[in-house]
Amino acid sequence: MTAVEERPAREVGSARKRREDAHLITGRTQWTDNITLPGMLHVSVLRSPVAHGRIASVDVSAARGLPGVVAALSGADLADDWGSLPTAWTVSEDLKTPPHLPLATDKVRFVGDGIAVVAATSREAAVDALEAIEFDIEPLPPVLDMTEAVADGAPLVHDDVPNNRCFTYTEHHGNYSATRERAEVIVTRRFINQRLIPSAMEPRSVVVQPTGADEYTMWTSTQVPHFVQIFMALVTGIPQQNIRVIAPDVGGGFGSKLEIYAEEAITLVLAKRLGVPIKWTETRSEACQVTIHGRDLIQHAEITATRDGTVLGLKVDLIANMGAYLQLLTPSIPLLGRYMYPGIYKFEAHDLSCTGIFTNMMSTDAYRGAGRPEATFVIERMMDELAAELGMDPLEVRRKNWINHDEFPYTTVAGLEYDSGNYEAATDRALELLGYDALRQEQAARRDRGDTVQLGIGISTYTEMCGLAPSRWLGETGYVAGGWEAATVRVLPLGKVEVVSGTSPHGQAHETTFAQIAADALGVPFEDVVVIHGDTRTAPIGLDTYGSRSLAVGGMAIVEASRKVVDKARTLAAHVLECDVSDVEFSDGKFSVRGSPDAAKTIQELAFASFTAHDLPGGESPVLTGEAIFDPEVFSYPHGTHLAVVEVDTETGEVKLAKYVAVDDVGKVINPMVVEGQVHGGVVQGVAQALFEEAVYDDDGNLVTGSFVDYLVPSPADLPSITTDRTETPATTNPLGVKGVGEAGTIASTPAAVNAVVDALRPYGVNDVRMPCSPMRVWEALNQARGGAQ
Amino acid sequence: MPRINVNVDGVQHEDDVEPRVLLVHYLRDRLGKTGTVVGCDTSNCGSCTVLMDGVSVKSCTVLAVQADGTEITTVQGLSADGGLHPVQQAFHDQHALQCGYCTPGMIMAAVDLLSNNPEPSDDEIRHGLEGNLCRCTGYENIVRAVRQAATAQAGSEQAEPAGSPEGVPA
Repeated sequence: MTAVEERPAREVGSARKRREDAHLITGRTQWTDNITLPGMLHVSVLRSPVAHGRIASVDVSAARGLPGVVAALSGADLADDWGSLPTAWTVSEDLKTPPHLPLATDKVRFVGDGIAVVAATSREAAVDALEAIEFDIEPLPPVLDMTEAVADGAPLVHDDVPNNRCFTYTEHHGNYSATRERAEVIVTRRFINQRLIPSAMEPRSVVVQPTGADEYTMWTSTQVPHFVQIFMALVTGIPQQNIRVIAPDVGGGFGSKLEIYAEEAITLVLAKRLGVPIKWTETRSEACQVTIHGRDLIQHAEITATRDGTVLGLKVDLIANMGAYLQLLTPSIPLLGRYMYPGIYKFEAHDLSCTGIFTNMMSTDAYRGAGRPEATFVIERMMDELAAELGMDPLEVRRKNWINHDEFPYTTVAGLEYDSGNYEAATDRALELLGYDALRQEQAARRDRGDTVQLGIGISTYTEMCGLAPSRWLGETGYVAGGWEAATVRVLPLGKVEVVSGTSPHGQAHETTFAQIAADALGVPFEDVVVIHGDTRTAPIGLDTYGSRSLAVGGMAIVEASRKVVDKARTLAAHVLECDVSDVEFSDGKFSVRGSPDAAKTIQELAFASFTAHDLPGGESPVLTGEAIFDPEVFSYPHGTHLAVVEVDTETGEVKLAKYVAVDDVGKVINPMVVEGQVHGGVVQGVAQALFEEAVYDDDGNLVTGSFVDYLVPSPADLPSITTDRTETPATTNPLGVKGVGEAGTIASTPAAVNAVVDALRPYGVNDVRMPCSPMRVWEALNQARGGAQ
Repeated sequence: MPRINVNVDGVQHEDDVEPRVLLVHYLRDRLGKTGTVVGCDTSNCGSCTVLMDGVSVKSCTVLAVQADGTEITTVQGLSADGGLHPVQQAFHDQHALQCGYCTPGMIMAAVDLLSNNPEPSDDEIRHGLEGNLCRCTGYENIVRAVRQAATAQAGSEQAEPAGSPEGVPA
């Protein structure tokens, strides 16, 4: 049998094992920090030890004479080498975008703000030399509490931003106050959506090599090499075409590498100044301190409803911590969730306000889900609180209010048109997998006998918007760029296929799943397709990887580019087979004349004829290649039902996640193995917010959770096995019917877990536990409910 | 500067090292063994796990001088014949890695776990790998992979050489 006959009839839908694994499991990896170049210098950054202060002096002279030190430079020394780091999203007219230089010159604004750099012949020499730099910072009172930050007379993070107010934003849909007047029930809650540290396992690293006259190659651990190229040109003035950016193996991102960082500018500028390769690699402490943080909002929510459980209106007021500076997308993150607060429910009115606040902390920015987990947390917690208020089962309240499967397409109160979904099917399947009724009985039994370990069941019937994003929408909301994605598909002379994608993966299996898509579209063996990505020279057009967009946007570009290749090959096939183009049939990689299938040419055979170009049809150009750029018109809307079961020890406050079921509907699936893996990881990241993780600053603005000793990334022993399944309601808005899966698990799981904890403690009078639901927080909630002090 | 003699993945090395140099930096910077990576600097994440005389250690918290006279096995030396160790094969088969950064350490920790406990329960696998963090997989498929590797090793006491996955040149 030939390889062609052995392959599955269709690649799409098959659980192909990953191409990516071969080098990763054998240690033949290409992490940026692996790169060593002749003459390369190592950079270390001197960082502010105080949260807020005025820089009186920075004297680097003593560092300059130390062994191995080639350069020691302060922020002032480099101030003319660069401009401000970028913010790409002007979310409101009143947005304040204060200057943000890669190294501070006037004030330091968080612990970790860079003030000087050393370049030396070894990492050790660079770190040692930092000790010799003398600096004087006059401390100012730090701004750490968002509610105090806006008070008149509060210290100012940026002298020209009054009340530390970065922006204000409001939306009104329907008449919320009218629902308030009609409401029979009004439930209000205040949630702290705590600050998180993304904690990709690979610390960031950057290497820059000068390659010619003001020409550079930069390897950087990034999700967005194309963004980095554009913004490095804007920040440093080096012409864009002279900066080649390569994202080699990238060890996870979760949004934290969707960024333009000071250290990228520092390495580039030092390579330009010194004319030798420069490397910077962060320590884990730096990763905790100066790689962006996620979440950090105070969320006031109010829901209005009638006594029978019908929801009327939803009002949400957000206070969002920007941190000290605006990074690439900082102000947009809380607002990316602004359409998702109503979730899957049929509200008639919705008000939303958001205030962005500067503080003396690390900047926040995109972290897996970016705004949508925060929104989903609120609505799914509020549906449980409404149910409790009404004495109804939380599932019953959801069923009463969600969009039924026969009501799609449905335009929500926030103005989004959901194209498809089947919340009933996903929920039914999840309940079945969990054994919901039996667990409710078990819960009742434990309550009856006053068991010290109580059982809680948490529900999250989430949806999300992904596939970022329609360019027109991005423009209307103040974003500087578009949201399209590019692909090139070419059949090489010997019949093998190269797919060039503008997305830039870091664990998502694009090399496998994109090859599956192209293999089907061209009718060639999976093994014959290679996927090229992550290099602005070899994949020059693209907008990279974030927002669950790679498949829903980038995958469509591959489909379209493949179609162009097939069309071109079809014309050549007609010429070779001596028939009219309209009589050529294309099936499973073969072109044949209608009615005589024996005379056939494969697309791989035609590739050589197209390459030699000895005998092409009139007007046809050589080489089977096609390019496409896909710009979606709308978002895609995955959804699902997640159920969490916890055991809560009411004496110690310990929470144990006992069981977790996730039924997701991500539309059509290219590779079920990869999809399941994304759900596993996403669920655990969301559970980590619910139960384990929190970035904590002390009263002086020091990051207390500055390493993995104190920041609790869960280990395998902290977690149970996760049961997953899918329902499949194809998206109607793209030809593959796909929706996206990268963030779904994280969006769904946080409220499921917290709802479970609160469900366990409801009989004790507890109606919220602040995240993470650590033993201390659970104990505090129980104690407060019993009337004790916190 | 102290001199150390250390065997790394079957090759004997004799080097002068600064006393403060960590084993992981010696492996990466001096020997070019970049398959072993640094994840956290505080021995919490286990990305840097290697075997020292057959026992897993976190090479970011071992000084190079402590490795004097030992045999070190990294992920690059796990399978001498160019094929895959059953644990590597299982990680591929079970999709037990995504970004792959924790993978070398996770594989080495799993090898050590199985040498101590050839038939671990799922709970024993989770506790056995407690010192290794992964941010991508939620550990679900890592547990499955260790289970597969245990079964494979039990099935062939002498551990037949495993096949190559697609794309791995033998």
